[in-house]
Amino acid sequence: MRLNRKDLLGIAELTAAEIELILETAETFRDINTRQIKKVPTLRGKTVINLFFEASTRTRTSFEIAAKRLSADAINISASTSSVVKGETLVDTALNLQAMAPDAIVIRHSSSGAPGRIAAIARAAVINAGDGTHEHPTQALLDALTIRHRKGRLAGLRVAIIGDILHSRVARSNIHLLTKMGAEVVLAGPRTLLPFDLEKIVDARPGRLCFARSVEEALRGADVVMTLRIQLERQSGGFFPSLREYSTQFGLNRRRLDLAKPEAIVLHPGPINRGVEIDSDIADGGASVILDQVENGVAVRMAILYLLAGGESA
Amino acid sequence: MKDLLIRNGMVIDPSVERSVSDDEPRDLLIRDGRIAGIASRIEPGDEREVEVIDARGLVVTPGLIDLHVHLREPGFEYKETIESGARAAVAGGFTAICCMPNTRPVNDNSSITSFIIAQGRAAGLASIFPIGAITAGSKGEQLAEIGEMMNAGIVAISDDGRPVPDAGIMRRALEYASDFGLPVVDHCEDCCGATGWAMHEGQYSALMGLKGLPGAAEDLHVARDLILAEMTGAHIHIAHISTGRSVEMVRAARLRGVRVTCEVTPHHFTLTDGDLYRSGYDTNFKMAPPLRTAEDLQAILEGIADGTIDAIATDHAPHHQNEKMVEFDHAPNGIIGLETAVPLALDRLVHRGLITLPRLVEMLSTAPARIFNLADRGTLRVGAIADVTIIDPQCNRKVDLGESFSKSRNSPFGGWELKGAVNRTIVGGRVVFGSVEGN
Repeated sequence: MRLNRKDLLGIAELTAAEIELILETAETFRDINTRQIKKVPTLRGKTVINLFFEASTRTRTSFEIAAKRLSADAINISASTSSVVKGETLVDTALNLQAMAPDAIVIRHSSSGAPGRIAAIARAAVINAGDGTHEHPTQALLDALTIRHRKGRLAGLRVAIIGDILHSRVARSNIHLLTKMGAEVVLAGPRTLLPFDLEKIVDARPGRLCFARSVEEALRGADVVMTLRIQLERQSGGFFPSLREYSTQFGLNRRRLDLAKPEAIVLHPGPINRGVEIDSDIADGGASVILDQVENGVAVRMAILYLLAGGESA
Repeated sequence: MKDLLIRNGMVIDPSVERSVSDDEPRDLLIRDGRIAGIASRIEPGDEREVEVIDARGLVVTPGLIDLHVHLREPGFEYKETIESGARAAVAGGFTAICCMPNTRPVNDNSSITSFIIAQGRAAGLASIFPIGAITAGSKGEQLAEIGEMMNAGIVAISDDGRPVPDAGIMRRALEYASDFGLPVVDHCEDCCGATGWAMHEGQYSALMGLKGLPGAAEDLHVARDLILAEMTGAHIHIAHISTGRSVEMVRAARLRGVRVTCEVTPHHFTLTDGDLYRSGYDTNFKMAPPLRTAEDLQAILEGIADGTIDAIATDHAPHHQNEKMVEFDHAPNGIIGLETAVPLALDRLVHRGLITLPRLVEMLSTAPARIFNLADRGTLRVGAIADVTIIDPQCNRKVDLGESFSKSRNSPFGGWELKGAVNRTIVGGRVVFGSVEGN
């Protein structure tokens, strides 16, 4: 079975069936990753370009490992600046990449929508590895895989997402995915970091989305807790007074986590700011599945590359 | 110069009282660059040579006037020159255009004003009326030499694109300009903590992950300007109004007697932030003010219908193709609009029954002439300057950006099928767009 699309640009455009297919495919690759020999010939002869316009260790490495375990040739390019600084337009970047005839292009970019603009020009499959404050679809998929493993399902779960929703591509992709799969998503954080009118975008989906008035309210009865990385530049941007206050008012600590269900799990897309949005004892504690997320990231990215770059059978 | 006789056109001139016979086709005679007569039948005399335009089935109006364009010369000639902009203007039916001062250098002194006017004369197409800066360098600090620019030919002042942030300076500008009878045009945008915004702040900015500018940013500035205009008694002209709340405030202020006028762009009465979302980050949907919500668009249409909005202006803002081929958040604001304004207005406003054709002509000609005090324009009265636009309201045409006379191509309307087109444009009695003979 194949995804009936050229690119993976966001979760917003995926159907529940497509998400299901990706997760099912990822399950099979999870097994491969536990074998002695972790390499399959699925994408032999295919070329995958990892084009990162923004610094990243985890995601870039994860995509690289995924491509290599599928026997594809993976090339990493760290451009780390936008077209404006570089003096080449985004359209020219796309045309140049296309000329190298890759099978898949993995793009991280600091500007929302940039992978989509490249996808419109390139014949290769374009995979969004995070664009600005828009989407980070593979992160949401690996989060879903992680949650499903621990909880056995997504539908009906109460998922609290805490922190800087406004600037978080991880939150956006997760909101799309979880509401499409029937979960109840509750958002909380400083009001300055919550976007307007986000509820309107999930109309007519099986799941629900709501804003809580406090972190405590969001956590009450939660099956899953996601905390988001808070960036220091938001403090200078005037969104909140200080990291210290952020930690005391909105950080995830033991007292707050106790409001969630006893068997609740804690996710974080990383890299974590210990003592800011999450206390160390939570990050390292039994509820944390942060390292499972990283592990599942490879399987999910193998699944995406396999489904889009057109391998034989897994 | 030969006489020009426009035969059998449907003459619409909102500057004069309508009479019963207005629905009959009439002839319009132009002599020596002025309107010489309008009657049911004008027979050319033998003493002068005459060229005849057959305007059967067409609408003949006073020349259209655009209160808000960017011509990019001096300084950014790769985007547009005064000549190329004027050529696009006449192709769009505009016989006069008023250009904003955000050139390089800024039009904040009489020598730049004189240069722009001279370039406009040399082009010999649409008349060019410069708008001077409010403050030196449009930096918002010190008043520009408004009186000297007035003597050189400016028709209004504005720091368009860089709205005067300080209410005290804005007050002085209103007071000072009113002595010269100049309207102050304001691009209303309080930054509202949203520097570096890329679109309207709302559900679609949340969805697209783009930094949003709330409608409140415009509303705050409009409210300030209305209060200052009321206090000073000066004339404030609100540029490219885009929010429902601002329309409402202008309506209420006018009832109180505040000297306020306002304009709307064709894109703000046609498109919404939802259209931007569906475009897939197309940078030709990025402009200031940003495309607003469907509710705002509805309020804009109501403001057009009830007369709160006085004029249609294009905010023609050419940017070179290369500059728009970048990431959405890095792309410059603005779209070209001179050649699509009339088709969009006819298609969206007249053919959909929102306003009548005479009202549209008022918004595109009579009202702009009145707002910027352009004597002898926006009218077909005998003796007025013979600026005339001939419109074919029934003509269906597909927008082909490749045919544009502008040096830039940044428009979201390429490929749109619109009903209504400009047939000929006459400036000072000379046919500058379309030919005398055929269609």
